[in-house]
Amino acid sequence: MDIKTRQAAIEGWFIPGDDRTALVGSRCRECGTYSFPKETFFCKNPSCTGTEHEQVELSRRGRIWSFTNNCYQPPAPYVATTDPFEPFAVAAVELAEERLVVLGQMVSGTSIEDLHAGMEVELVTETLFEDDEAVHLIWKWCPVCPAISDPAPMQQSSPEDPTANQSGDLPASPGRAGS
Amino acid sequence: MTEIAVLGVGMHPWGKWGRNFVEYGVAAARAALDDAGLGWADIDYVAGADTIRNGYPGFIAGATFSQALGWRGNRVASCYAACASGAHAINLARAQILAGFCDVALVVGADTTPKGFFAPVGGDRPEDPDWLRFRLLGATNPTYFALYARRRMDLYGATREDFARVKVKNALHGLANPNARYRKEVTVQDVMASPTVADPLRLLDICATSDGGAAMVVSSLEYAKRHTADPVRISAVSTVTPTYPQTVIEMPNFATDSAATVPPPERGFRDAIGFAAYHEAGIGPEDVDVAEVYDLSTALELDWYENLGLCKEGEAERLLRDGETSIGGRIPVNPSGGLACFGEAIPAQAIAQVCELTWQLRGQASGRQVEGAKVGITVNQGLFGHGSSVIVRT
Repeated sequence: MDIKTRQAAIEGWFIPGDDRTALVGSRCRECGTYSFPKETFFCKNPSCTGTEHEQVELSRRGRIWSFTNNCYQPPAPYVATTDPFEPFAVAAVELAEERLVVLGQMVSGTSIEDLHAGMEVELVTETLFEDDEAVHLIWKWCPVCPAISDPAPMQQSSPEDPTANQSGDLPASPGRAGS
Repeated sequence: MTEIAVLGVGMHPWGKWGRNFVEYGVAAARAALDDAGLGWADIDYVAGADTIRNGYPGFIAGATFSQALGWRGNRVASCYAACASGAHAINLARAQILAGFCDVALVVGADTTPKGFFAPVGGDRPEDPDWLRFRLLGATNPTYFALYARRRMDLYGATREDFARVKVKNALHGLANPNARYRKEVTVQDVMASPTVADPLRLLDICATSDGGAAMVVSSLEYAKRHTADPVRISAVSTVTPTYPQTVIEMPNFATDSAATVPPPERGFRDAIGFAAYHEAGIGPEDVDVAEVYDLSTALELDWYENLGLCKEGEAERLLRDGETSIGGRIPVNPSGGLACFGEAIPAQAIAQVCELTWQLRGQASGRQVEGAKVGITVNQGLFGHGSSVIVRT
């Protein structure tokens, strides 16, 4: 069986990786303000006319501002990876240095019972979906110390191995062939 | 003088009728003209609130409704501001009237909606955040509503029962409203027993999507004097955007603005929407007798209480529990039944809010009347930073 290419589901928004995942934002060269996704032309600060932006990796850890889950399958262009659909959690995470809040799905298998506001989370890479051409990767948030809150055995593995609890989509080899 | 008069209001009942949106708009327009005692031939200007889910006719709604009523060379405009489209159409008509370009205008919004979650407009659009949020995050509208609801629980100790009580109140208010889609009493248990959509929100916490149409005939005060003794007046229309940095995550964005170099504004976006309306009308929250707020979710209604200054931050749950926002309370909210009883017909909804306040201020809100109401406020927020708030008074 061919090993599919593993690629970011969206180019230039994040750097996927098994050991290290980072969101890619920008910082205005004039006023220093951060943006995610990255700005390529104008600066959103109304008192700044800057048009040059430095590409920056945003903080890889943050604290949960709020969270929820999706109990029903979202409509397209969302691509379902399981049948029947399995609910997944979403968190809005506050990055202290950049002083902004970023959304992301929680790592697969996260129950909202495991989450609370202020909880520290870290970025990881997981499969969003796969099609004939490639495995499409996405950033997700993962509790920094899952063992402390709720010792769900499947999440005991290190945050760098989030695919351990992937959905039961058989053909999707959770291996990390591409990288 | 920056006020205009409301001569007539009309609606096509909300439902899931599955017919062409133009039918609802024309029915609402005719009802508003009848209510005003005017004919189509009296209208100088038509402002249409657009719908983006009904093909090209929806994008040029002003012309679509004009043609359906019969071309007669009137001036026309069409506008889109997501959920705030209706209020923005009212604002277009107001500007024309106050500038002296026309005496009397018709404002119309109508929609036919698909079943289920609102999905982005079709086609692959990887540059559009509204497409990307579904693709990359699976973030539906209720996802965002739920983030705010959870925040209320964490910050103010709101409970799921509190959210359910909003639905119970609105269901009771809407029972006798002939234009409401859902006219059925609901209990806290009913809400709690409905399936969770996005925790902590359940199915009955979240408004449905509906078909419907709403229209208004508005005019200069001078024109109104010749037609009616004491018209309800529009004293303010707020259409503000957020101020940078917007520090609350908003649909359909992936992130907030950064507050790293510019401190957050004195007023957050939702506070600013109502504030601008109060400022324009020269009144404050203490002057308001009745409010129609955009209860896309039950929890969001509680946020609006605070954003409009009806109570202090963190006290919305108490205001609700004390019955102050029920008809008969200190400041009834959503006497129409709100989106809880209507479901959302996007371009019609903000107009419908003003229709309801007009009936309330005229004392014509049969079965749901807020006694002695003289000042009312609506509030609403459209996707991508379109605020709207309208103040009407007798």
